[in-house]
Amino acid sequence: MALRLLFLGKLADLAGVGERVLDLSAPLGWDALLDRLEPDLASALGGAKVRVAQNADMVADKTALIAADGDEIAFLPPVSGG
Amino acid sequence: MKDVRLLSAPFDPNTEIEPFARACPEAGGIATFVGKVRPGGGVEALELSHYEPLTRPGMEALADRALARWELMGLLVLHRTGPLHPGEPIVLVSAASRHRRDAIEAVDFVMDHLKAEAWFWKREKRADGWHWIEPREADHADLARWK
Repeated sequence: MALRLLFLGKLADLAGVGERVLDLSAPLGWDALLDRLEPDLASALGGAKVRVAQNADMVADKTALIAADGDEIAFLPPVSGG
Repeated sequence: MKDVRLLSAPFDPNTEIEPFARACPEAGGIATFVGKVRPGGGVEALELSHYEPLTRPGMEALADRALARWELMGLLVLHRTGPLHPGEPIVLVSAASRHRRDAIEAVDFVMDHLKAEAWFWKREKRADGWHWIEPREADHADLARWK
């Protein structure tokens, strides 16, 4: 079982890549997902301005996320503007 | 007539505007805005990244809001992705309407929302490397005009 993580904008610099695949043995909640990542990346993803999309649907409350096998989870920092 | 596209290669605004105008023969006027990578300021290149499954539907929904709010015969929205050079067009918004104000306001509305809300992340290359562009307060002030 696996999960696809997408890091948009400057989060890609922090993650070192734009995309990562995470193996999982059971669905992951938000805290368990962050625990699988480097502390500085996890702390950036937890920031109030970073939004999350699960399979291209915006997640209203990312802390309630349950990521399951085959999901694509995108981390979206604020857009750049003009 | 609605035409919304994400483009990964350079485009020529003139070759887009003419067929759009032809597709809206009943229009009394057409307003067009073309945004370009601002030359100068030490910027050597600009790169736009996006997330296709959100960016494209977001642009479509924005176009639908403009079409619902103003009396338009057509709306054309083109946005570049990928690497761009100074002077290159990034965005083109063109609206056709019976009377001018509908077209002019619709273009202004779509541009303000593209800038502040559309799912694009930009970084620019300067002599010392790449820098991500952060959101600006002015973008949110621009949106407040349409509430």
